[in-house]
Amino acid sequence: MPLNLNRVSMPEQEPGQRRHNFQEVNLGLTPELARAEASRCLFCKRPTCIDGCPVGINIPFFIQAILDDSPEEAVRRIRMDNSLPAICGRVCPQEIQCEKTCVLNKKGAPVAIGALERYVGDYAIRECLATECNITENGLKVAVVGSGPSGLSCAGELRKLGYAVTVFEALHELGGVLTYGIPEFRLPKEAVVQVEIDTLKALGVEFKTNHLVGKTSLAADLLDKDGYAAVYIATGAGYPQFMQIPGEDLNYVYSANEFLTRMNLMRAYKGDAAATPVFTGRRVGVIGGGNTAMDAARCALRMPGVEKVSLIYRRSENEMPARIEEVKHAKEEGIDFQFLTAPVEYLGTAEGAVRAARCVRMELGEPDASGRRRPVVIPGSEFKIDVDAVVVAIGTQANPIIAQTTPGLATNKWGYIITDENGLTSIRHIYAGGDIVSGAATVILAMGAGRNAARAIHEKLSEMAS
Amino acid sequence: MFELISKNLLAPAVWRYTVKAPEIAAKRRAGNFVIVRPKEGSERIPLTIVSSDPQAGTIDIIFQVVGATTMDLSETDGILDIVGPLGHPTHIEKFGRAAVVGGGVGIAPLLPIAEALKQAGNNLTAILGARSSEFLILEEEMAAISDGLLIATDDGSQGQKGLVTDVLQPLLEQGALDFVLAVGPVVMMKAVSELTRPYRVKTMVSLNPLMIDGTGMCGVCRCRVDGQTRFACVDGPEFDGHQVDFGSLSRRLSMYKAEENKRREARN
Repeated sequence: MPLNLNRVSMPEQEPGQRRHNFQEVNLGLTPELARAEASRCLFCKRPTCIDGCPVGINIPFFIQAILDDSPEEAVRRIRMDNSLPAICGRVCPQEIQCEKTCVLNKKGAPVAIGALERYVGDYAIRECLATECNITENGLKVAVVGSGPSGLSCAGELRKLGYAVTVFEALHELGGVLTYGIPEFRLPKEAVVQVEIDTLKALGVEFKTNHLVGKTSLAADLLDKDGYAAVYIATGAGYPQFMQIPGEDLNYVYSANEFLTRMNLMRAYKGDAAATPVFTGRRVGVIGGGNTAMDAARCALRMPGVEKVSLIYRRSENEMPARIEEVKHAKEEGIDFQFLTAPVEYLGTAEGAVRAARCVRMELGEPDASGRRRPVVIPGSEFKIDVDAVVVAIGTQANPIIAQTTPGLATNKWGYIITDENGLTSIRHIYAGGDIVSGAATVILAMGAGRNAARAIHEKLSEMAS
Repeated sequence: MFELISKNLLAPAVWRYTVKAPEIAAKRRAGNFVIVRPKEGSERIPLTIVSSDPQAGTIDIIFQVVGATTMDLSETDGILDIVGPLGHPTHIEKFGRAAVVGGGVGIAPLLPIAEALKQAGNNLTAILGARSSEFLILEEEMAAISDGLLIATDDGSQGQKGLVTDVLQPLLEQGALDFVLAVGPVVMMKAVSELTRPYRVKTMVSLNPLMIDGTGMCGVCRCRVDGQTRFACVDGPEFDGHQVDFGSLSRRLSMYKAEENKRREARN
């Protein structure tokens, strides 16, 4: 049979339409499209796609079920390896993971694994398919700190193994970055995130919002006083970084976390109907080149009154860490990309609102520690970009609260928690994973860390019990 | 939902609530605050914990109705979300002769700090300021724990007519103070800090910037302190008043004035 290189493309909202709304951009595959795409899979004897998946999902196994037109079976199969397929299908950088290692990638048209995963995840949501598993209670309690992707995945795994799991969340809503960070048009909150969390609730995972471990209770007390046999810390890395350039404290200079939290968690995208305001003016500058920068830029563009959003990135397009799809979508929607450009100062109005970013142009020099060519300032290249608001999306640091309040918890010089390969920290029975260990990374890596820690916790606790 | 045990009107539009929040009550120390979201759809706002009763599992908060969120709060019979205790507790030690200076509802966060300073063995003078006698809160509680209570009102309806700084100045002049802690409107904290600076009396202020999460995640509460960017929620909320950039703070506090007015008017 000849190779089929006609990769199915996901239907999308038209750029001209979607830049004025917050509804989902990608519309998902129809059953016909999904089966057509599934039929392109070669079902390799040694499937290299699995090697590319951070959580080792048995990809051909679930694709076969799609091809057989038994989506229910596909759901069952994918859930063996991944408890949040509707989320991963939407936000994973498949092009550098499973789709990169798919054999058809050599021909330039890998199977659209991400789209198929989403298809299966959405089917489960639409048909309200409960996770079938017979949980045998083992009488042990485990605490999970943080309800982002890493915490959710750890909680789900442990619950299935019979543990009574309590997830502690500092915010008033569950989901961590899935809720406060990733915008509605890329990851719908009620239709997807909430449903995936409800699936865990149905399994019996308990959630406690408004509980900041490190302040409301201490990590060590969870073990010593509250009777938890183990603790998994998955608090993320959400402590925003600034560039420390003049004018960063001007009004309407936001960290990406603030901007996105206002927009997503506090629903400021609903305008005057939301209690929490956001101000974008007519022209917005976004600093950075990662997925968070793309999310911020595309959120800003969708706000009424916004005419121009400039994305200011100090390296060239090739070095941008954002997913290719996000960059493509941002371009289609009309984001003004200013590559090889960096702000050096923000200028303000008499009232203290930002009015312009003073920028310099860069060129690429020798490779730096990250292996990417280091941007070097071009002398005399200064110019101004007029803006009414700025979003600084240059990355995050480790949140210090848990480290400050947990004596004996070893952290590295950047404040990230040090663990062994099983996620065990310097304190017995306290594990950690996700961004608070790795530094800012992806949803799927955080989920993988959560699952690994769950398995390590189970192994350790079973060993002790026997 | 956090149950409301009692509601008391202390002054026009100023409420004291006792709320059931056992975990917070058990952990809270002087200077800590909470983030409150009164009901579904409300903003998150920071409020200082005025007192707590760990046995009863309750905390007290005091707030003034100024905008849509505090209106929500004044109308509710239970608070949807409360998280805390947040921020570093006040650094308490025996300084010697200490003065606490409070203005308006800033007297509320001042009360637990004053108590802690007194308990640590300081000779404590409390200086309270308000627009008029009607707006003065917690006078009796402050009198009970301080060695001296001085009052200033704008209209002279109680205590000395004038500002808290007018009352503070003679004490500084006499060399009668080793430590000052001020909580109130930004202009007041700035004036107190400027006043104590030439006398080299250590002066702490409790900052009240905008906040959303209160856990170090969003950075809207960032302040300039000694030329550095500090997050009031996790690095503060108390800082050395001689190092704080009050101009930046008051500018950032005004960031959403127009939006806040719009939302308040929409409610009326």
